[in-house]
Amino acid sequence: MTTTQDIHTPDFLRGDEFSIPTFRLLRQDGTLHEGAVAPALERDQALKIYRAMVATRVLDERMMAAQRQGRLSFYMQCTGEEAAVIGSAAALDDADMIMAQYREQGALVYRGFSYDEFMNQLFGNELDYGKGRQMPIHYGSRKLHYMTISSPLATQIPQAAGYAYGQKLAGEGHCTIVFFGEGAASEGDFHAALNMAAVHEVPVIFFCRNNGYAISTPSIEQFAADGVAPRAFGYRMHVIRVDGNDVLAVLAATRKARRIAVEENKPVLIEAMTYRLAAHSSSDDPSGYRSKKEEEAWRDKDPIQRMQNWLLAREWWDEEEEKALQETLRREVLETMKRAEKRPPPPLDSLVTDVYADVTPALQRQLDGLKAHIRKYPEAYPKGARSLDPDVSASLDTQGGE
Amino acid sequence: MPTMNMLQAINNALDIAMAEDEKVICFGEDVGFFGGVFRATSHLQEKYGKARCFNTPLVEQGIIGFANGLAAQGSVPVAEIQFADYIFPAFDQIVNETAKFRYRSGDLFNVGGLTIRTPYGGGISGGHYHSQSPEAYFAHTPGLKVVVPRNPYQAKGLLLSAIRDPDPVLFFEPKRLYRASTGEVPEADYQLPLGEAEVTREGSDITVLGWGAQMEVIERAVALAEKEGISCEVIDLRSILPWDEDTVVESVLKTGRLLITHEAPLTGGFAGEIAATIQERCFLYLESPIARVTGLDTPFPLTLEKEYLPDHLKIFEAIQASMAF
Repeated sequence: MTTTQDIHTPDFLRGDEFSIPTFRLLRQDGTLHEGAVAPALERDQALKIYRAMVATRVLDERMMAAQRQGRLSFYMQCTGEEAAVIGSAAALDDADMIMAQYREQGALVYRGFSYDEFMNQLFGNELDYGKGRQMPIHYGSRKLHYMTISSPLATQIPQAAGYAYGQKLAGEGHCTIVFFGEGAASEGDFHAALNMAAVHEVPVIFFCRNNGYAISTPSIEQFAADGVAPRAFGYRMHVIRVDGNDVLAVLAATRKARRIAVEENKPVLIEAMTYRLAAHSSSDDPSGYRSKKEEEAWRDKDPIQRMQNWLLAREWWDEEEEKALQETLRREVLETMKRAEKRPPPPLDSLVTDVYADVTPALQRQLDGLKAHIRKYPEAYPKGARSLDPDVSASLDTQGGE
Repeated sequence: MPTMNMLQAINNALDIAMAEDEKVICFGEDVGFFGGVFRATSHLQEKYGKARCFNTPLVEQGIIGFANGLAAQGSVPVAEIQFADYIFPAFDQIVNETAKFRYRSGDLFNVGGLTIRTPYGGGISGGHYHSQSPEAYFAHTPGLKVVVPRNPYQAKGLLLSAIRDPDPVLFFEPKRLYRASTGEVPEADYQLPLGEAEVTREGSDITVLGWGAQMEVIERAVALAEKEGISCEVIDLRSILPWDEDTVVESVLKTGRLLITHEAPLTGGFAGEIAATIQERCFLYLESPIARVTGLDTPFPLTLEKEYLPDHLKIFEAIQASMAF
């Protein structure tokens, strides 16, 4: 509804009156800010969050290295944003839907996606839930309520509003959280989503990871406003800005956002201020557009170190446990990677299934034609030939190579 | 059997689908209380409540994005785009998201419940942006089904199939016929198959193929040809994607000639796809080049609309030319 207060002089408003504060609880040294109250957090959950953060970091570092060795076609790290992604996931019910952009693997780790499951997707082998069809890091899990990721930016944001509308009608008390970067928030779909969610009062949490860069574009070239948070006012929406490297603040803010979403059926916008410590992706080199000094300054605000300091101060964690965790995770990553690399690709027939619920006659004809061609030139199509008949597969295996 | 116009048949189909399944939800611009600018959703909000039939903000990419999410959640959204001319802001959501949802997730998730209804086509002095026939843009997109009915009976049966189909369907409604086309429509629930063409008239000299509002134009052309002693077999394609190759092949193997007509521009129009396929599968049986009678390769004009459209006289001339080749 529009307000109708009259004025009689042409006084323009310009929006820089808004100043959005940043919600912080935890200092880098692991102590709380003055007046800050930590959210209720049992030791078990605290350690689950911490282990998920470390497991994400280990996975990212190892897989980026694997990409550099040419073992993997592509990779993207969550590095520096683990607290934002995992702290928010930890504030949800495990049956709430997560719709991610692509830098939110930490949320999947938190929900229990195993290294094996990650690797199967990364290598697109026969066990990949996505049947090897999408690029690495485009994960999805039905059992963990994690919507399959797609590359087009921001498309998941209005989808999240629709998904949450369905949840509201179902009346089971669930909500949807949708992650996106500050760059994606420039897409039209962002506007469409926030407006529709506000008008239709849906239980959705819009979670913006404002990490300063969209590939090479600094946020100052992304928007003139004070970040993404002020836009919520235009949609009459609850909003908070939070220190994205502060896991306790993210957790507390998201818990409250979930209450507003589920109990009041109101959408909420959270803008988490953080920094993309790694390159945009394995295809990017950030030294071309930002300084080492800037990166170092943010390395000193590492969200994992910050949480570790808090845990150490509470004596919920010690150096030995840290060492053991790191070693276990590193060993596990290597072992699962070796397993996943050796698994066969998905069968050739999977090229044409799932385009529709049933394979159409035209697609069946195309597949049959392809099979006839591959039978003639099996060496040219080793992945496809492997599933055509066992003899071809065996002869390819004996011809050597990996 | 009651007589209905196409809008009443569509409204009736939506009513049946919503009564049967509470997961069916209708929305779009002006769809709610007002019942749509063409009144296709009349009284649905009154009957099923605001939660299941509602207005959205004016944002096509939002409507389809929202619909994709709702379908992924397990609901059965029937989203309306007010004119097919305004579906393009949602092109990304339809082509990159709707169409690929099941495939890219390995069938973990799908938006099969989704139906997108939209009025299309010219002949109503609609100019550039109330006349377009964009089906060929979508025919190039694996994962979508594209359906066009030609009369009220078709509209109801095909729409009920579209809503219940396990795949997302784009349902193009010929708005020129919304009120102009009337006919007997069973009140009861029935479905017509997707992906199947219908031979609406048997003949032996030439196959004349079209869909939607163009079927009525074809009938007028064929009546002229029959007077000249030319026996035409007429096929309503009904589904653009996936399309029924076999029925068309079977007909052309018999007649040896094929004419395809659509309102949309020639270049890149769906007639090109049909012509290429039939040429491959019926090469030795063709007695004349496959003819395409379509709109011009221009934006859809206002004043010279009649000149632009592939009317019955243009089709009649092309039939004669094919016979004389």
